[in-house]
Amino acid sequence: MSKGLNALAGLLASVFLTLFGLVIVTFLIGRVMPIDPVLAAVGDNAPQEVVERVRQEMGLDQPLLEQFLRYVGQLLHGDLGRSILTQNPVTSDIARYFPATLELATAAIILAALIGIPLGVWSAVRQGTWIDQTIRVVCLAGHSVPVFVLALLCLLIFYAMLGVAPGPGRQDIIFQDMVPHVTGLLTVDSLIAGDWDAFWDALAHMIQPVCILAYFSMAYITRMTRAFMLDALKGEYVITARAKGLPPRKVIWLHAFPNVGVQLVTVLALTYAGLLEGAVVTETVFSWPGLGQYLTVSLMNADMNPVVGATLLVGLVYVALNLLADALYRQLDPRVR
Amino acid sequence: MTAFSQQWLLTETPSSRSQAAWGRRYRAWLALRSNTLAMIGLVVIVTFVVLSLAAPLLATHDPGSQDLANRLARPSAAHWFGTDELGRDLYSRILYGGRVTLGMVIAVVVLVAPLGLAIGCIAGYFGGIVDRILMRVTDVFLAFPRLILALAFVAALKPGVESAILAIALTAWPPYARLARAETMTVRNSDYIAACRLTGAPSGRIILRHVAPLCIPSLIVRITLDMSSIIITAASLGFLGMGAQPPSPEWGAMIATTKRFIFEQWWVPTIPGIAIFMASLAFNFLGDGLRDVLDPKQR
Repeated sequence: MSKGLNALAGLLASVFLTLFGLVIVTFLIGRVMPIDPVLAAVGDNAPQEVVERVRQEMGLDQPLLEQFLRYVGQLLHGDLGRSILTQNPVTSDIARYFPATLELATAAIILAALIGIPLGVWSAVRQGTWIDQTIRVVCLAGHSVPVFVLALLCLLIFYAMLGVAPGPGRQDIIFQDMVPHVTGLLTVDSLIAGDWDAFWDALAHMIQPVCILAYFSMAYITRMTRAFMLDALKGEYVITARAKGLPPRKVIWLHAFPNVGVQLVTVLALTYAGLLEGAVVTETVFSWPGLGQYLTVSLMNADMNPVVGATLLVGLVYVALNLLADALYRQLDPRVR
Repeated sequence: MTAFSQQWLLTETPSSRSQAAWGRRYRAWLALRSNTLAMIGLVVIVTFVVLSLAAPLLATHDPGSQDLANRLARPSAAHWFGTDELGRDLYSRILYGGRVTLGMVIAVVVLVAPLGLAIGCIAGYFGGIVDRILMRVTDVFLAFPRLILALAFVAALKPGVESAILAIALTAWPPYARLARAETMTVRNSDYIAACRLTGAPSGRIILRHVAPLCIPSLIVRITLDMSSIIITAASLGFLGMGAQPPSPEWGAMIATTKRFIFEQWWVPTIPGIAIFMASLAFNFLGDGLRDVLDPKQR
């Protein structure tokens, strides 16, 4: 029991240190920028006394350590500052943009797991055959293609040439602001409102970005599943099961796969976190009003508070997912306990 | 001659250390040669390097010279890949763009690999508090998705090739450190290291001569596989306007400036996209093959 408590304390300490590091890194990012944040806020032509006043208001005349403590204090109060561009507090901006990214990433991970895991198992069972080779090439290609190129080509083929997919954006203009905001996930919100037209519209807009993101993560999931599965298939219990004359399907799915499933939890968590990254580029191409677009637009305008806020949020999600994966792993795998 | 040297390389009883080492390398090469995908990758990479180095000889036009009367032209005998939005020859720009990409990739690897190796070896060899501090720092950098951290860094520095290299390097070293640490931990307590220590060799020498070389094979695999992700990150930064700046013929930046023509002159942004894809796929093919050959766990 005390061993468990020790492990927990160690875990918490390491999480705390990682979070602290995150705060330092984001603080430094926000401070070393070449453009004076005060000038970015008031404009180049503002009179000197306005500049000085705003500098004082923003606390930028204080020593760096003082500024850092202030930054930490603000963070602890859930205050990420104001965006110069949107004039809103960064937290409320993020609350508006994040669900769009979440919707995209969640749909993508589900699709990627549904396709990637069976492909990985299949590829391991047929190791060395042309099936394995084909899957390998498809996956390596998924690793190698830049998301934005794929996104542009998809728009070209399915939207412009074939006309089967809707254009960029999250919904058609007629559905804009028609669905009452509950969760921020348009598909869920339109279902809650019982508005089927809006639901199908939101779903149709998701198909392209989700498929692209899913392909990107599927590549990783498949390769990891294959590697784990190859290990599992070498296990003595699998040989025993085979020797008993169990049908191959049962051996694979009931004996080998459950052990792989535990390891896959970690892979899925990490992939999900990686999707946030892929979403940045995908959102730019599809004009998807999510966190990635918020981040890039703020970057272009040297609006640092949103950049720091979004980076911090993604870092937090990363740490949380890692922690979750670790906890699930401990829970599911009796050997780790 | 070949038979003799092959015999010398493949002998079961090497008479010197270097003969044994070369024999191992030769066997690895033989194994790699039988891997079709890896060889395809290698050929593409060599072609890519040669084309980039010989760009001034092979280019048909100056990559910067504009010809506004002839913008967005279709591929033709005069312009093999057509022209871009300012009438610049795409084929020549792709060649010169290869230099930018190649330069960035090499710069990142040169910065990152020794750093990651050093940090990982030191952490793994000394253990204890040194290990804990170094690994905590590594974890912080691992706690960000690469592209997002790189974006934030570039924004904080100044968009451009140098900042992009620095930003990618800053986000790329942690996995190398992790890998080198894991490898070091497995050999740290082995007998030959203990023997080294007994002869009075200083820690620095042990790490440099006896620990680090053992980490190299898995590091090479990792670097090769990482090359593709460095290429893609560099291109993504360029695409988002945070990497190489126009008029530089960097592939990602070329797509960014021409992406609005995707519906009418689709080949203009697509050709640099294919270049990125090919380069990155080649490194993935080679890295995948190298892993099968060099990674002891896979054997």
